[in-house]
Amino acid sequence: MFHTRGLTKTYDQGEVQVHALRGVDLDLFGGELVVMLGASGSGKSTLLNILGGLDVPTSGEVRYRDIDLSKAGDRELTRYRREHVGFVFQFYNLIPSLTARENVAAVTEIASNPMAPEEALALVGLQARIDHFPAQLSGGEQQRVAIARAVAKRPAVLLCDEPTGALDSATGVLVLEALARANRETGTTTVIITHNASIAAMGDRVITLSDGNISGEHRNSERQDPRTLSW
Amino acid sequence: MGRNALNIKLRRELWQLRGQVVAIALVIAGGVAVCVMSVLNYSSLMETRAQYYEQHRFAEVFAAVKRAPRHVLQEISKIPGVARAEGRVEGIAKLEMPGYTDPVSARLVSLPPNTQPDINRLFIREGRLPMAGRNQEVVAIGSFAEAHDLSPGDQFTGIINGRRQSLVLTGIVESPEFIYVIPPGGMLPDYERYGVLWMNREALAAGFDMVGAFNSLVVTLRSNMSDATVIDHLDRSLARYGATGAYGREHQFSHRFLSDELDQLKTMATVFPLIFMSVAMFLLHVVISRLISTQRDIIAVLKAFGYGNRQIAWHYSKLVILIAVIGLAVGLALGFWLGRGLAELYMDYYRFPGLLFRIHPGWLVLLGLLTILVAWAGAWRAIRQAAALPPAEAMRPEGPARYRIAGAEKLLSGIRFSQPSRMIVRQLDRRPGRTLLSMSGIAMATAIVMVGNFQFDSVSLMVHTQFARVQQQDLAAAFIDPVNSSAIYTLQRQPGILYVEGKRLVPARLTFGHRQWRSAVTGIPSDAKLQFVVDSNLARVQLPKEGLLLTDFLAEELGVTPGDIVQLEVLEGDRRTIQVPVAGITSEFLGVGAYMNLDALNRALGDGPLINQAMINLDPERAGEIYDSLRETPGVLGLSIRQAMLDSFYDTLAKTFLTFTFFNSLMGGIIAFGVVYNTIRISLAEKGRELASLRVLGYTHNEVAHILLGEVALLIMLGVPLGWLVGQGLALAIVTAMQTELYRVPLTITSQTLAISALVVVVSAMASGVIAWWRLKALDLVAVLKTRE
Repeated sequence: MFHTRGLTKTYDQGEVQVHALRGVDLDLFGGELVVMLGASGSGKSTLLNILGGLDVPTSGEVRYRDIDLSKAGDRELTRYRREHVGFVFQFYNLIPSLTARENVAAVTEIASNPMAPEEALALVGLQARIDHFPAQLSGGEQQRVAIARAVAKRPAVLLCDEPTGALDSATGVLVLEALARANRETGTTTVIITHNASIAAMGDRVITLSDGNISGEHRNSERQDPRTLSW
Repeated sequence: MGRNALNIKLRRELWQLRGQVVAIALVIAGGVAVCVMSVLNYSSLMETRAQYYEQHRFAEVFAAVKRAPRHVLQEISKIPGVARAEGRVEGIAKLEMPGYTDPVSARLVSLPPNTQPDINRLFIREGRLPMAGRNQEVVAIGSFAEAHDLSPGDQFTGIINGRRQSLVLTGIVESPEFIYVIPPGGMLPDYERYGVLWMNREALAAGFDMVGAFNSLVVTLRSNMSDATVIDHLDRSLARYGATGAYGREHQFSHRFLSDELDQLKTMATVFPLIFMSVAMFLLHVVISRLISTQRDIIAVLKAFGYGNRQIAWHYSKLVILIAVIGLAVGLALGFWLGRGLAELYMDYYRFPGLLFRIHPGWLVLLGLLTILVAWAGAWRAIRQAAALPPAEAMRPEGPARYRIAGAEKLLSGIRFSQPSRMIVRQLDRRPGRTLLSMSGIAMATAIVMVGNFQFDSVSLMVHTQFARVQQQDLAAAFIDPVNSSAIYTLQRQPGILYVEGKRLVPARLTFGHRQWRSAVTGIPSDAKLQFVVDSNLARVQLPKEGLLLTDFLAEELGVTPGDIVQLEVLEGDRRTIQVPVAGITSEFLGVGAYMNLDALNRALGDGPLINQAMINLDPERAGEIYDSLRETPGVLGLSIRQAMLDSFYDTLAKTFLTFTFFNSLMGGIIAFGVVYNTIRISLAEKGRELASLRVLGYTHNEVAHILLGEVALLIMLGVPLGWLVGQGLALAIVTAMQTELYRVPLTITSQTLAISALVVVVSAMASGVIAWWRLKALDLVAVLKTRE
């Protein structure tokens, strides 16, 4: 599904040049749940941004199916994100003036083959909080709304940037459960970036990034239930 | 300002906020500029006029008599309070201007031999005054000379009291007595067809049978004398010479017109700045509140380190004051520049010999202080809250914004709102105060443009009513003396004249109890086709068969109601006094009028069927012939072409209108831009993260712009109609304030005015919108993933 070759990303930070990615080769397959591990500064967020069409590489190739993302312009990238990508952010990024249902609807309204918002919210166990505003929801609930919003458009890929980073471990587990179920029931390729090694056990594959490059990769023999995780 | 840390912070913040600072400063500048401009104009024109009057000894009392011997002047000079008195001969002449076929007439005023008049001295622009003995020599008023492109040495023909005479122009002059030159019976200047000429007294006296006599008196008073006693004396002394009643300067036509105009400048100097300042206050309030709320943690740290409440308050106050000072500086410069330009325009228009550019410096200081105070007052609440914030509370972030389903959504529950639309509506709903203020800002912008423009519609309506509805003749001929109405048939027999109707205008003083009013009674035939009385709804009013029909203003002045008997003292002829009942009251744009059925009027006066004006409809092909023949007719005093007056008016109006509209639109545009720009900037700052999130989620740039600009669009859709209402109210207030005896301006707001006001606001908003659209492009999508709300 995803295919990168020699992916590099360099950007200027004042007078210093930062090499965020130094030639990454990566393949992602349909339906799998990948956990990308790495410390702060390892380049995992940069890689996610490029896979999500938020950023373009300095050099190298990145393809999603037959779309060459490295050469796409702003309009094409927007269309790509709209039609194929679901995002889950560390700080939820919900629209505060919309209810849970409406936050999901904001995305389904521009999608071509979405789920009903209610269905997506039921998937994450929030059918009882459907008409609440983000200010009325706990952090974990907000993140689950964000997940529902991401999966409701039936994206080809679900990209999650530190989804539990702002939550305590008990709540984090609930969120991971929701992600696991979404991946299982919709078959969406799911990538979770985190610095938390404990989460690695829930994925099909674990890719470790360090210093702008893939430093390790292994397959879990079986996926662990998020409820058994703790940190 | 010292180099301390807080001042550095202030400077940097000012720079960071420069877009908003500029927008607010512009609004303040607008208000200051209009104020300075109006006051500068007003005080300059007042001073210029005062000096003009003084240097040229403008008369303080005027009187007209039928014929009084010159020795009476000695008697008059001895009246207590009289400083100078001068007798003149005045009359009307018809003129034949080379290459010009329309009828032209002029007021003739006599000059003493070889010298300037003692009173109402002339300002000589070009050439010289007529020399004694040279009875053909005349000087003309500047507006007339300019209209006919005359210069000293030019010749033309005058018909003076039936006698044809060749005239030579020796000079072009201005006079404080004729700053406004309006043809008799008219409302508007018509420089091509009516002017003022001065010639030797000897020549005029001969022409009008006034040798050794005078028919016009002008008087100046000793300082601090009131004119009332002198007027009484004069009336008594001149009664036997057929006087029509002396009057003071405030009733002199030209002076009155000018005073009314100057009063309008005063209104402008108050209303518009008020609007600007209130919008500026609101903008400052919103911007500073926002700024302070984003700096809560900074305030906490400052307090933790020992900065006191006063220091914090002063720090933010300095920001506000700085913005106000920037606006003040720009506004003063702009105001002076505009004021000077406008004053020069006025100087040309009124033909003042020079311009005294004056403004009291104390007034400027007051304006400066007020501006700063107003600005500070706008931000006061926010500053006070910041200063009073307990440090610990300031450390905590403000709680998340609480949203709810907006009332509007519940009302319009039948509509399927898209999520972006919901976002827009709820954003406005959450801060009703701010929403209302933004709407009001837009409403004010709309109102200003409306108020600037409606006057044209109103004046147009007034003129249209007077010259297209009330009168429908092609040509009006005034007779020197009243003639038998059979003259109508004589006129009608002339080839080219299609229809003639008579009219009689009787100058009269109406008295009821102790109240009196000097006016004229207009006698209109019962079967009139060319002249009507209309009310303020433009509906035709039926003249009662007997008795007077008064306008409501006049009825109020006299304190009469229908049924009362009014004493009517005729101010011409044998000066008889009769009693006439008031039969009805109507309302009119021209404030003061008394009408009567022509036959009833003649009967009441004990006269036969007399008329002194003929309303004529003619065949346009033969217009030239008819003008010529009527010009030659001795009994005819003057002719006026109705359409020509209208055309000349609309020409002048059109020119002034464009300048004014541009100016008002600019002001309205500045306010609209300021309000919209600030709204957008603040929205962008507050919602930037949300909008970036939506972009990440796949919303296009345009879709996200729609959310940002949709809020503004909604504010405009609500604000503009509100502005129309406010504008209407303001216009009504202005119209009421502007009411004088001469006219009552009708409140007319055309759809064109409404459209222009809306257009100005929308265009300004679009300009802000374009800026916002570009700023949205710069949203950092990557950064938004990592930021906390």
